Amino acid sequence: MIEIAVLFTISCVGLAMALNLWRLAKGPTQADRILALDTMTINAIALMVLMQIQQGSAVYFEAALLLAMVGFVGTVAYCKFLLRGDIIE
Amino acid sequence: MDAGPVEILISAILVVGGFFALVGSWGLARMPTLMTRLHGPTKVTTLGVGSCLIASMIYFPAMQGTFSAHELLITLFLFLTAPITANMIAKAHLHRQKRGLDAEPMDGIADSLPESGVGTGWATFAGRLTEPSDPPR
Repeated sequence: MIEIAVLFTISCVGLAMALNLWRLAKGPTQADRILALDTMTINAIALMVLMQIQQGSAVYFEAALLLAMVGFVGTVAYCKFLLRGDIIE
Repeated sequence: MDAGPVEILISAILVVGGFFALVGSWGLARMPTLMTRLHGPTKVTTLGVGSCLIASMIYFPAMQGTFSAHELLITLFLFLTAPITANMIAKAHLHRQKRGLDAEPMDGIADSLPESGVGTGWATFAGRLTEPSDPPR
């Protein structure tokens, strides 16, 4: 039962990532692209967690945590660059 | 194969999480302007990922007998950073709309802002604001 639920959720998240990719390619504004990339990062974290449940191993938690942190820092840095033309002033 | 109550609970949370993740990204793809598109990923997708993490948090102690607090860390971090991300993206969008830097036609968001109500203007536009007719940098 859990196997079927995990498969369903993985397909949902995969479809969501495809939609994010479409928005990332289409834009139209820069802020849209940042938002799409940030959402893709969050969906990738979900995918990692689901993969752990599917395989029954807990080796991807550090990767998921790192991806959460790096994704957040990257998004903030890109927004800061758009706002001020510089990241570290 | 009979499914215990824990399995049913985990499966239900997983399906709900997948549904929310899909709805959030669907909103990102379908909504008309950026300020409406912000709602989907920042709230709904965060909830979807939170559901997946909760399912993982129940699954590993119940099925494998191992406990770890990593999921709680990821959940806490995501829930803390989602509003900050949304705020930064909205500020960057406002800035670019006000200065006319985006090639896309204006969505009118920067002109329809209410007064800030504290005597000075909006902090996003402070200092660097020029007329929209200025050439983009």
